[in-house]
Amino acid sequence: MNAKNSTQTKPKHEQLGLSDAEVVDMYKYMLLARKFDERNMLLQRAGKINFHVSGIGQETAQVAAAFALDRERDYFLPYYRDYGFVLTVGMSLKELMMSAFAKAEDPNSGGRQMPGHFGSKRLRIVTGSSPVTTQVPHAVGIALAAKMQKKDIVSFVTFGEGSSNQGDFHEGLNFAGVQKLPVIFMCENNQYAISVPIQKQLGGKVADRAQGYGFPGIRVDGNDALEVYRVVKEARERAVRGEGPTLIEAMMYRLSPHSTSDNDLAYRTKEEVDENWQKDGIPKMKKYLIEQDLWSETQEEALSREISQHLKEAIEAAELAPFPKPEDTLLHVYASEGEV
Amino acid sequence: MPVMEYIDAIRLAMKEEMERDENVFVLGEDVGVKGGVFTTTKGLQEQFGEQRVMDTPLAESAIAGVAIGAAMYGMKPIAEMQYSDFMLPATNQIISEAAKIRYRSNNDWSCPVVVRAPIGGGIFGGLYHSQCPESIFFGTPGLKIVAPYSAYDAKGLLKAAVRDPDPVLFFENKKCYKLIKEDVPEDDYIVPIGKANVLREGTDITVIGYSLPLHFAMQAAAELEAEQGISAHILDLRTIQPLDREAIIEAARKTGKVLIVHEDNKTGGVGAEVAAIISEECLFELDAPIQRLCGPDVPAMPISPPMEKFFMLSKDKVKEAMTQLALF
Repeated sequence: MNAKNSTQTKPKHEQLGLSDAEVVDMYKYMLLARKFDERNMLLQRAGKINFHVSGIGQETAQVAAAFALDRERDYFLPYYRDYGFVLTVGMSLKELMMSAFAKAEDPNSGGRQMPGHFGSKRLRIVTGSSPVTTQVPHAVGIALAAKMQKKDIVSFVTFGEGSSNQGDFHEGLNFAGVQKLPVIFMCENNQYAISVPIQKQLGGKVADRAQGYGFPGIRVDGNDALEVYRVVKEARERAVRGEGPTLIEAMMYRLSPHSTSDNDLAYRTKEEVDENWQKDGIPKMKKYLIEQDLWSETQEEALSREISQHLKEAIEAAELAPFPKPEDTLLHVYASEGEV
Repeated sequence: MPVMEYIDAIRLAMKEEMERDENVFVLGEDVGVKGGVFTTTKGLQEQFGEQRVMDTPLAESAIAGVAIGAAMYGMKPIAEMQYSDFMLPATNQIISEAAKIRYRSNNDWSCPVVVRAPIGGGIFGGLYHSQCPESIFFGTPGLKIVAPYSAYDAKGLLKAAVRDPDPVLFFENKKCYKLIKEDVPEDDYIVPIGKANVLREGTDITVIGYSLPLHFAMQAAAELEAEQGISAHILDLRTIQPLDREAIIEAARKTGKVLIVHEDNKTGGVGAEVAAIISEECLFELDAPIQRLCGPDVPAMPISPPMEKFFMLSKDKVKEAMTQLALF
């Protein structure tokens, strides 16, 4: 039975204002991020790259959130697992591979930072670091600046639930609450801060903390792309109406180890991980699209082939690309004469 | 040219820069209605409004972090730390973020933020209202650090800091706020960051320092000249990062006898680096071992008056050190 024809009401994505093409695109980015991530794990194991920090299990929420934002004008402060997010707001596979291989052409850092430390002024992806949560006050500052300049944009920042315990989380949220700033805080609650599970991280719910700062806190199933899209979209609408920030806690599960330097089965069971693979948002989205007659296994195969080809090209380009010059280590400590 | 206090010069610099560029704004604790606990921002909120002179929540990491975010967007924030003693919660934002934003993004992003913080003791502030935290930030490439000695420099350096494309820590000396009163031009001028300044030409000994203790050195130099005919050459670093190496070497060569003074404690202080530069560049032109007169290596300054006096540098202490060096 075809879901589209079986009901008088519009399918969910249409109710949310997403066209058929957009919702298919959303799925494509989710799959792209997954394949990119899996390939990087392999590249690291093969000794081609030094390190990979994975976002497998989190792509659904990342991509859905990006679709709910203004990808031409908003400011983004992703954290280190947000491959799905940065791909969706315009970073290319080749650019990400340049970063993975630490090559000079890496637009994020010119090969200076670990992969996963995103930044691109062109895409309004604000440069990030490794000490977690420092980006939260930055997002607040950008929202403050946008408000001062009367721009109807938002800043969107992500972080893990471990990060929600840092002072910068609380200081940033409170500041944004006081000033009613157009900022969206999205916690990607993947249930682990490296090895420490949420029951040892959180005394309550992350979303509930928003109440203390005077704005809405919403928990959403991070494996449900359309629900994530809905709550981020509503948060954006509130923000541009001048109604202030929103905290979103997207519930998900980090399906991969913390990084290529981590053995996750030292602190969690295979059964637990397998159980969470059953909740993965990507097959869920695929099922929805097939039910809506928007997708087919034939298309899936074609897309997989296309992604593999793009990955292959990106990897080849990154492998062939030159490293930064050693002495370029000395550049850009301060602005050169005439630079801003 | 009007006579004004050091604190007035700082306020005037902010006022002028805010009039010149609408992207300049001030944020911090009590900076708005109250005009700052020292009155540094008095009257600015009346002139520029609540948004551009913003009273923030009591949270220093957010003050710095929000300012950094706004700076990356293209604003020119001046973040005030009420006392430098309280800026340590913001250290991660300053050292991990502001200092590295240009470098880590390969020159794609920049962070033209100014962080102002009052330093120094001698005001019965006890351990936590008297500290000199320069050495915590000193040696962090990516940061510029200035510490004016005079009202003229305070205005010119702050204006330069606001216009600088990189993060600048502006360490203003709270004892100087009211103590230092001098002619300050009301027109637009800057004092360039990275340039030291010869305060006094001399031939027998060289004193190198920054901020308040240079006033003691200047007074001592005048007395030594009159009483004993000792001629002191005095160099104000003004910018403590990046250090003006050429000026330091030139000043050391000038007399071959160097005394370095600062209120921050001796071990690991700016003076150690100044001494190292001199040792590297002109050791064999020296006629005496390099001397340092600094705050003692104790955690911070006690409030009890005799203890505070013991900790602080003074004209007499500096004069004694200068005399000993001249006699060497």
